[in-house]
Amino acid sequence: MTLPRPLPRLFSRLPLPPLAAPALGLALTRLLRRIATRQPAILSRLGPYQAARFLIDVQDGPVLLLMEPEARRITALPRRAPPPHDAAIRGRMAAFLAMLHGTEDGDALFFSGELEISGDTSAVLALRNALDDAELDLTGELAALARPPFDRWLRRASHLAAQRSGYALSREEPLA
Amino acid sequence: MDLTIGPIAFFWTAETVSDFYRRMATTPARRVVIGEWVCSKRLPFWQQEIPGAIETLLAAGKEVALSTLALITLKRERRQTEELFGAGLPVEIADLGALKHLPEGAAFQVGPTVNVYNEGTLEWLARKGATRICLPPELPLASVEVLARAGAAAGVAIEVWGHGRAPLAISGRCYHARLHDRAKDSCLFVCGEDPDGREVQTLDGHDFLTVNGVQTMGHAHTTVAGQIAELVQAGVVSLRLSPQAGDFAGVVDVYHHLTEGMPAPGALAQLRARMPGARFADGFLAGAPGLRGAG
Amino acid sequence: MMELVCPAGTPAALRAAVDAGAHTVYCGFADETNARNFPGLNFSREELAEGVAYARARGARVLVAINTFPRAGGQALWHRAVADAHQAGAHAVILADPGLIAHAAEAHPDLRLHLSVQAAAANPDAINLYAEAFGIRRVVLPRVLTVEEITAINREIDIETEVFVFGGLCVMAEGRCSLSSWATGLSPNMNGVCSPASHVAYEEVAGNNEARLGGYLIHRTPKGAPVPYPTLCKGCFTAPATRTGPAQTGHIFEDPVSLDATELIPKLQKAGVTALKIEGRQRSRAYVAQVVRAFRAAVEAAEQGAPMPAGLLAKLTEGQAATTGAYAKTWR
Repeated sequence: MTLPRPLPRLFSRLPLPPLAAPALGLALTRLLRRIATRQPAILSRLGPYQAARFLIDVQDGPVLLLMEPEARRITALPRRAPPPHDAAIRGRMAAFLAMLHGTEDGDALFFSGELEISGDTSAVLALRNALDDAELDLTGELAALARPPFDRWLRRASHLAAQRSGYALSREEPLA
Repeated sequence: MDLTIGPIAFFWTAETVSDFYRRMATTPARRVVIGEWVCSKRLPFWQQEIPGAIETLLAAGKEVALSTLALITLKRERRQTEELFGAGLPVEIADLGALKHLPEGAAFQVGPTVNVYNEGTLEWLARKGATRICLPPELPLASVEVLARAGAAAGVAIEVWGHGRAPLAISGRCYHARLHDRAKDSCLFVCGEDPDGREVQTLDGHDFLTVNGVQTMGHAHTTVAGQIAELVQAGVVSLRLSPQAGDFAGVVDVYHHLTEGMPAPGALAQLRARMPGARFADGFLAGAPGLRGAG
Repeated sequence: MMELVCPAGTPAALRAAVDAGAHTVYCGFADETNARNFPGLNFSREELAEGVAYARARGARVLVAINTFPRAGGQALWHRAVADAHQAGAHAVILADPGLIAHAAEAHPDLRLHLSVQAAAANPDAINLYAEAFGIRRVVLPRVLTVEEITAINREIDIETEVFVFGGLCVMAEGRCSLSSWATGLSPNMNGVCSPASHVAYEEVAGNNEARLGGYLIHRTPKGAPVPYPTLCKGCFTAPATRTGPAQTGHIFEDPVSLDATELIPKLQKAGVTALKIEGRQRSRAYVAQVVRAFRAAVEAAEQGAPMPAGLLAKLTEGQAATTGAYAKTWR
């Protein structure tokens, strides 16, 4: 599998502006709630693992994310303070996006080491399978949260960014 | 509750086999199942001992049944299976396909490598003529209880895996040969070098499995020594003891005492004395990992 | 044309398989009635009905695998699964347990029955036994047979055969393996899981990635190298030295390879095989779509007597060696 290059190192070392983490958390929580409302099957597929706390460690990103499906909450936290969690997934942004958009097989991402898991392996499998079934499209979801004409701009920008970077930013653009 | 000595799982010399059955004739076991259970390539080396062994065992008052192979694929193996049914002794099927050769209306027995997990299958086998079933080793007590009741209702005697390295898997590939970088068809009978199978450990040094040709077994010896009362209560009528090298007659004696009421801790101590260095497991019946230590 | 039977662990994967050219899709209910009882996977009754409708509208069929061995005292769950699959319009159910098959044949005489690979019917006698006793219409052959043996079997039986051509590879006779319950207490036959994720732990120890199953170390690889899933029969073990041979450490049963029998498709067709099966209900919809597209092209090529497209799936087996498994005799 060939994933695109990682994000520049600068990105993960950048000091965060004040309130950036809470703002990111709020935005992602809003996104999660929208997805949960529109695609309740994700939660039913998670089954008992809805209550699990997933630590998402995007290694070329600036913060750690803690996702709590049952509470419909995503919290952004500084790297130096990893919160208690049940399962952790670590990897580059490109790998997460590829899994989220189904452009790469989750099994292949895990077993090639692109994504590393620790903690409750069952919870991670349940999450992966639930996401795969949901056929998510992050660009589409984000655009839906934006007001016109910003939604159209967002789609175009995402398309362009995906072409330039090779990152899977929406469902329709599988990596070749 | 009585004792059944299962077929020899390992590749022993003809002489070892004939000695073994002479000894078994003197034990308190009620019945003996005899035949090549694992690999048909081994059979020519010891089959000439089978008639004599049967004669000795019958003369000693044992019931004797003939076992089929656990995995029948080749034409030769199918022919041998068909011949077993014509030998005039009860046949224990170790592969369900053997039933195709069952003469109309004949009775048969079912070994532990046939998947009998529920009443439906037990009743179907009973309708086909099964009179005795040794249940798969991995079944928990809750299932054994249900199946023993169903067996009693259908006129089928229910036996459980009482002692020995449990048969965990069978394959088209020979792992013994593979360990010596050989293919199955050019194995040079390396499995004969390990009379109790070749031991396999995990990377962190835990005794784990035993390779026996195309068969994979547990490393620890499964024992129901600590669970006899529950099995009797459930209506299980026989314990299967699986042959191994060493003082197996002594092992049979321990189980005989157990069925006569000897307490488990004493029995385990005696087993340990007769099998120096062996480890014992009893997880399957408890619904736990099969390798869970006994005692 | 040979029929392509494709896996679906989720409704999205079912749609992906159908869209990619699957003739038939197989799936299971989200409980221990099927042998891929994994977290987050499988179908509810509603999802199955929707899946059947989606497939039918596009000329494809759905099979439902109910291929574990019913629990003594708990058979009703399996009986209900057969009834619900029938009701949902499944083209056939894939069963392994003789008792359950007897029940299905009696309670649903018009339901088409396939014999699961988990029944390990590895010779014509076993297959004919099931065919005669229960009216089984198709057998999924165990992955322990060579192409020659498959040819010979087809000469002696009257029902259809289906063989695996791609994906995970059981090295033991399927449905006859208790390695998983030996280490974890949970087995394919009873619980529909093998080396279950609930007992898997990945950990970084002293610069190595370690994968454990039930607490036992099954794989250790240097950090950064791929970490295989700790499936027991593909694990790394040590056989200590004996009188006759040195100690061996390695993949004593099977290397972590996957099956790819693409090149054998023409031979399998000649052997009289009706359907080709792709393993992988636990894989993503993207994987399913790619594999199905590739195999659809392959069976179309085989139909025209054209050579098999080479390297079609190199990307999907990348990082993992592929093998033709037992189909070639040398594997043994």
